Amino acid sequence: MIQLKVNGVEKSFGGEPEMPLLWYLRDVLGLTGSKFGCGIGLCGACTVHVNGQATRSCVTVMRDAAGKEITTIEGLDKNGLHPVQKAWMQINVPQCGYCQIGQIMQAAALLETKKKPTDQEIDEAMAGNICRCGTYQRIRLAIKAAAGEMA
Amino acid sequence: MSEIENVSRRRFLTGGVIAAGALVLGVRYYPKLMAGKKVPDETNADHATLHPSVYLGIDPDGTVWIVASRSEMGTTSRTTLPLVVADELDADWKRVKIEQAIGDRRYGDQNTDGSHSIRSFYDTMRVAGATARFMLIQAAAHQWGVPAAECETDLHVVVHRSTNRKADYGELASAAAKFPVPPKEEVKLKPKSAWRYIGKGEVSYDLEALVTGKAVYGMDARADGMVYASVERPPVLGGKVKSYDDKETLKVAGVRQTVPIDPFKPPPAFQPLGGIAVIADNTWAAFQGRKKLNIAWDNGPNETYDSDAYKNELRATSHNPCKVVRNIGDADAVFAKGGKTHEADYYVPLLAHAAMEPLVALAEFRDGKATVWAPTQNPQAVQDIVSKELGIAKEDVICHVTLLGGGFGRKSKPDYAAEAAVLSKKMGKPVKVVWTREDDIKFDYYNAVASMYMKAAVDATGKPTAWLQRSVFPPIPSIFDVNAVYGDAAHLQQGWTDLPYDLPNLRIENGPAKAHVRIGWLRSVANIYHAFGIQCFTDELAHATGRDPLDYLLDLIGPPRTIDFKGVEYPNYGASMDAYPWDTGRLRHVTEVVAEKFGWGKRKHGKGTGVGIAAHRSFLTYVATVVEVEVNAQGEVRIPRVDTALDAGLVVNPEATRAQFEGAAVFGTSVVRTGEITATKGVINQSNFQDYPVARINEVPAQTNVYIVDSDAPPAGVGEPGVPPFIAAFCNAIFAATGKRVRDLPITKLGLS
Repeated sequence: MIQLKVNGVEKSFGGEPEMPLLWYLRDVLGLTGSKFGCGIGLCGACTVHVNGQATRSCVTVMRDAAGKEITTIEGLDKNGLHPVQKAWMQINVPQCGYCQIGQIMQAAALLETKKKPTDQEIDEAMAGNICRCGTYQRIRLAIKAAAGEMA
Repeated sequence: MSEIENVSRRRFLTGGVIAAGALVLGVRYYPKLMAGKKVPDETNADHATLHPSVYLGIDPDGTVWIVASRSEMGTTSRTTLPLVVADELDADWKRVKIEQAIGDRRYGDQNTDGSHSIRSFYDTMRVAGATARFMLIQAAAHQWGVPAAECETDLHVVVHRSTNRKADYGELASAAAKFPVPPKEEVKLKPKSAWRYIGKGEVSYDLEALVTGKAVYGMDARADGMVYASVERPPVLGGKVKSYDDKETLKVAGVRQTVPIDPFKPPPAFQPLGGIAVIADNTWAAFQGRKKLNIAWDNGPNETYDSDAYKNELRATSHNPCKVVRNIGDADAVFAKGGKTHEADYYVPLLAHAAMEPLVALAEFRDGKATVWAPTQNPQAVQDIVSKELGIAKEDVICHVTLLGGGFGRKSKPDYAAEAAVLSKKMGKPVKVVWTREDDIKFDYYNAVASMYMKAAVDATGKPTAWLQRSVFPPIPSIFDVNAVYGDAAHLQQGWTDLPYDLPNLRIENGPAKAHVRIGWLRSVANIYHAFGIQCFTDELAHATGRDPLDYLLDLIGPPRTIDFKGVEYPNYGASMDAYPWDTGRLRHVTEVVAEKFGWGKRKHGKGTGVGIAAHRSFLTYVATVVEVEVNAQGEVRIPRVDTALDAGLVVNPEATRAQFEGAAVFGTSVVRTGEITATKGVINQSNFQDYPVARINEVPAQTNVYIVDSDAPPAGVGEPGVPPFIAAFCNAIFAATGKRVRDLPITKLGLS
C-alpha cells in the first residue's frame, strides 16, 4: 500500500506502483483538473505540486509519490481564488483553457520562490508549459499581477 | 424528463458548476431514448416558460437560458453569440445561463470551423433576442392596458415611463408566452447606439471554471461503468492488421481484453483507421497493454510515400504548365519578350494540429442507440459517422459537446468519436477512447504540404508587367474521393485565386498531387502556404528592385477597388459578394494603419535586426502584420515585437478578438520555427513535442500589439486570419535581418532556430 496525501487528505493506493500519479489523480480519484497533454513531461499540462514543488505528474510514478503531499488545482485554494487564479481571470488569460491548470500550478510554485520574477525568470520557469492557443503574453502579465498582489 | 435529469444535464453542459471528479454521466438520459423517441427537446431553454426560439428561453425567476449551438475551443464563440442574443433581448448578462447544444439539425450548421460563427449566426442571434423582447413588451403593454409602442426595455425589465411602471422579464414570461411568436419582419432590432454588449464584449462565460479545473473537456467526461481504450492503428494510411498476438497485453494488470477495429473502406473520410484496441480499467493500463501488442501489418500502397521524394514531385509538377484557375492578359507573351524576370520556389511541409487536449471520446451504445460525449467542432458530423458505422439512424445518435482543449480544425473530423462508438457496441458498455500525443501527431488530418512556383517580369520601376504563380498540393477533397488531385475552389480561393494585385498580365495555376496521408483543415488552411508564397515573393521583388517593401506592397495592391472575379470560381468563403466584396481599399487601409502604428521606416534597425511586412485577406477579414526580429551570430531568432491591424467588419467581442490575433502570432511562430511533419515509407516520423515542437513562452513574440479598425461592414472571421500574414511577415523580417530568404519552411532548414 502506498500512502500519500492529496489536497490535505490521506490516501492509500494498492494498485500498480509504476502507474503515473496523473492517472491515479484522474482515473482513480476523479480529480480531472490536472490534464493529460503529452505523457512524457514535455508540455506541463499535468503539473501538480509535490511537497510544494511544481512536478509533472505524468512522469511521476506512484512509488515515488509515496509519503508525499500532493496539491492539485482542486486544492490550490479552497475557493479557487489563489492570487494566481485571480490574476488569470483579471488578465483574461485562457482561451481553450486546457493547459492553463498546469500553467497556474507552475506559476504558483514560481511565486513561492521568486516574489518579483523578471521577464527572463518567468520565461525560464514557464518554458516547460506549452500553450497551443498562444496565451503567453497574458501569462507573463498575469504572473506579474499575481506577484504584485502577493507582495 | 424529470427535474433531476434536467439538473444533471444542466450541470454537465454548463460545465464548471460542480466539483471536478463528481461528474458521472450515463444512464440518466436513457429512459427517454429507450422510449423510442427521436432526439429529445431537452434544453432548459426548451423547457422554459417563454420559448420563442430554439436558442433561448426565459423562466419565471427571470433566468434567461441561451443555447450555444457552436463549439467552444477557445475562440469564445460560446460566449460571444449568446452575448448578441442578450443584447437584443436587453437582458442582464448576470442572469443569463448558457447551455451547450447537442448535435441537432434544428440549430442549423454546427460545424465550428472556417471562422464563421459570428458571421453566419449574428443575424439569427439578434432576431432570437429581439423576438423575445418584442413578446415581453406585448405582455407588459397588455397587462398595463397601454400601447406597446409606449413601452421599452431597460436591462431585464419592461418599463412604461409615463406611468412609471416596470416589470421584470421573469414576471412577464408566462404572459408573454401566450402571445404568438411574431414574424421576423415585425421584430425591430436595436439601433447601434443602444447596444449594451455588441462591440464591447465580455470575458468567457467559463472563465472561472477554466482557472479552477472545474471545466469539463472531452478528456474529463465519465460515465458509470465505463472502460478505457487505447488503439494501435495501422502505421501507414490504408494499412490492415495481418495478424496479432495479445498474450503479453492480457497479462498487464488492469487490461480486460483486446478488440479489433475494421480498416476503413476508401476513401477514409471520417471512418476509424482500424487496428487493435486495448480495453482496460484505466487509461494507463490501456496504454501499457498496447505497448505489449505484437501486430503484423499489411501496409498497402501508401508504403511508398516518402516526404523528400514527394517534395521533388510537387516541385517538378509546379515547373510545368498546370491547370489555369485565373487569367488576365497574356503573361507568357510578356515573358517571351525577354527582359528582367524573377522566379522562386516556395515550400511548406505537412503540419499537425497538436491541440493541447489529445483526441478523446466517450460513447455508449445501448438498445440500438448511441450517446457520445466528445470535444467536437462538429457534432452533426459525429451523428453522421456514428450512425453509418453502427448502422443506425442519425436521429438515434446523441452527441453531447464538451469543451474542447483546442481544436484548430482537427476536431471537425470525428474519426475518434466513431472509434468510441464502434468499441462501445462491441463491448456492450460505455467506452472512452483516449489518444496519446503520439497518436495525435501520427494520425492527424494534416495541413497540406504545398509547393509554389512564382515568376514575375518587372519594368524599370520594379512593377511587375507579368505574374505567374502555380501551386501544387494534395487537396482536402482527397479524404472524400481517392481520385481528387486538384485544389478545389474552396481552397484555391484561400489566398490564391484572389491575388489582390493590380496587374496587367496575370496567370494563376494549380497542379495535381495525390494524397498519401489524410489531408484536412488546420487554422487558416491553404492561406498558410498561399500567403507565404505570395507575400514573401512580393518582398523578394521589392528587394530585388531596390524598393521599400511597404511602398512596393501598396503599389501592387493598387488603388481601392472591388476585385472582379469574372470567369473565376470564387466562393468567397460562402458569403455573398454583395455583402462581402473583395475590397482592396480595406487591405490598403490595414497595411497603412499597421505601418503607421509600428513606425515603419522611422525606427533604426541595427545589425542582425530587421522588420518585415505582409498583408492578406482570409475568412473575409483584412489583416496586415509587421514583425520585428533579432538574429544573433548563432542563428537564434528573437521576436521583440509584432504589430497587426485588422478589419473584420463589425467586431462583437474586441477583447476576444485581440486574444485571437495574439494567439495567431504564436501559432504562426510554431509554423515558421519548427512546423514540419514528414513520412518515411508511409510512416509519420514525428511523435510528440520533442520532434514536433510548438512554440514555448521563450520563443514567441515578446509583445504583440493588435489594432482593430473601426468598421461598419458586416462581421467577418477572427479565429484564423491572423496566422497567414504573420508567417510571411516573420519570414520577410528574417530576410531583412540576415539576408537569408526563407523559401522552405521551417527555418531550421536555413540553420536558424
